[in-house]
Amino acid sequence: MPDELSREELLEMYCQMVLIRRLEEKAAELYTAGLIGGFLHLYIGEEAIAVGACKALRPDDHLLTAYRDHGWAIARGLDPKRVMAELLGKATGVSGGKGGSMHLASAEHNYWGGHAIVGGHLPLATGIGLAIRYKEEDKAVLCVFGEGSTNIGYFHESLNLAAVWKLPVVFLVENNQYGMGTEVSRASARSDIFEKGCSYDVASAPVDGQDVLAVHRAMREALEYARQHGPYLMEAKTYRYSGHSMGDPERYRSKAEIERWRAHDPIERLASVLISHALADQAALEKIHQDVEQEMEGIVRFAQESPEPDDAALYEHVYVNPIPER
Amino acid sequence: MAYITMREAISQALREEMYRDERVFIMGEEVGVWGGTYAVTRGFLDEFGEKRVRDTPIAEGVIVGAAIGAAIAGLRPVAELMTINFAFLAMDQIVNHAAKLHYMFNGQIRCPLVIRTVGGGGRQLAATHSQSPDVVFAHFPGLKVVAPGTPADAKGLLKSAIRDEDPVFFIEHATLYQLRGEVPDDEEYLVPIGVSDVKREGKDVTIVSYSKMLQTSLQAAEQLSKEGIEAEVIDLRTLRPLDMLPVVQSVQKTNRLVVVEEGWRSYGVGAEIAARVMERAFDYLDAPVRRVAQLEVPLPYNRRLEQMALPQVEDVVRAVYDVLYRK
Repeated sequence: MPDELSREELLEMYCQMVLIRRLEEKAAELYTAGLIGGFLHLYIGEEAIAVGACKALRPDDHLLTAYRDHGWAIARGLDPKRVMAELLGKATGVSGGKGGSMHLASAEHNYWGGHAIVGGHLPLATGIGLAIRYKEEDKAVLCVFGEGSTNIGYFHESLNLAAVWKLPVVFLVENNQYGMGTEVSRASARSDIFEKGCSYDVASAPVDGQDVLAVHRAMREALEYARQHGPYLMEAKTYRYSGHSMGDPERYRSKAEIERWRAHDPIERLASVLISHALADQAALEKIHQDVEQEMEGIVRFAQESPEPDDAALYEHVYVNPIPER
Repeated sequence: MAYITMREAISQALREEMYRDERVFIMGEEVGVWGGTYAVTRGFLDEFGEKRVRDTPIAEGVIVGAAIGAAIAGLRPVAELMTINFAFLAMDQIVNHAAKLHYMFNGQIRCPLVIRTVGGGGRQLAATHSQSPDVVFAHFPGLKVVAPGTPADAKGLLKSAIRDEDPVFFIEHATLYQLRGEVPDDEEYLVPIGVSDVKREGKDVTIVSYSKMLQTSLQAAEQLSKEGIEAEVIDLRTLRPLDMLPVVQSVQKTNRLVVVEEGWRSYGVGAEIAARVMERAFDYLDAPVRRVAQLEVPLPYNRRLEQMALPQVEDVVRAVYDVLYRK
């Protein structure tokens, strides 16, 4: 059995990756139709990282991500209906329609957001790691961000402090080769991001981000390391098929480059593992795609039929304890 | 009651809250071994240990950000920023994170943290170490901004801030640490956030102020009293949320208003108070509102020039003469 995962678990992971991809494709449609506002950053091509990593997380571990977060929310177990409802700004959305695409969260899943200030959540993850040590809990934090975040001060401040205090944080870089339209080699003195760990004596390694099983294996080890010793820096090499966000003219890369990466598609790779190990046949995989298609209909219907937030929501949650101005 | 300094009052508040609640801890530059740059946490490291009194690297972004993270995960951090000037290095964490997360995630995230910092000029530290940019922080919904002007208020407000469920930006004035006053010993002594306080009653003119300028205003009121002018002095204590009721009531009685702040005049506390008084008590005003504030220059090192730029007792007295149409 590949990676000590059961057949059911592997099929579930396959199903999640397909669902994430279909949800993103659907979101793009709804965005084009004007039903989703603001920015929309799609995760297509990177699905293996969220699915592999979340499979390694325990339910009481903590998760923080950047703004390319739909896939992470679903992999973490949030209801896809409520994720889509958030994209549509509905009251039933995971953030009540107040956060939108970039700001998904779920306290019950210890998923503390979707953050859209590049690098801004790395200090928060460090602080959650501090709280774990403070309370002497057996937990870890997974903090996910793009390679573009590794050039900002927060990355260095956070890795340093996490290392000084030996905090149980796995810093996971999704290196999709571009910070918006700027290629990694044009913005970072080192293109192999994992090497940056050595500046702070932080253990680090790269992983093939298009291989869900490799991500899962590496993440399980990294989390265990973090719980016992301290911070870990993992770099998942990956690629986004879509633009940075909707409306990206993509002048910075070629069609041929995208095709080269598509040849290593994470969903197709898992499919071939399943078939070669006789864990599923084409018909079984086809059934999964059909089931996802059906589920998508329900997801979109729920989001579209959900109510808007009411007017009172505008003033709710500015403060936990609001003090009326006299 | 004990007659103690503002430094001792703040220290007492921290110590009492750390004994009351295991989740309360202190983190910041030089808070431990050094004992605090302003000696507020002297002895704390021995008393509470390294777990709860944490020296950090000089890295304001992660000091505030990690405090937010710890608060999200259920602790009650008190993060210290050595001066308010350095808070600009943590500005993104303060305004984009602490002030926003509860709202943006629809109440799922709470940030019960206190950021203690030190502001104010008058100590010949030159332009980047002498600022009073309190209003900058008061601009943002989601934050509570507190700036006490007496030892008793410092203690009671800091204790309230630590117990509050929201992020509180707590500004101490560098030149007030030696100020003495009566402070209750009571461990349950709390001063509510968001309530202005009449510090001196009077019928002729209203002076609104806070922090160091409260003391300057009280001195001015003392001097004016000898000339037969009775000034009512109101201490805002909290800049957000702003409690206008005592101000409006006072203006309805005195019909004249002077606002005194240490920061720059433009877009300042005086501007805000004047606008709100116009909205609520325009017909009661017998003279235009006067603002006393720092001159619109970065503060210079030279002592004489620095004092020229900062509001003095005489400036407050002159402003009161103006609103009374006296020469």
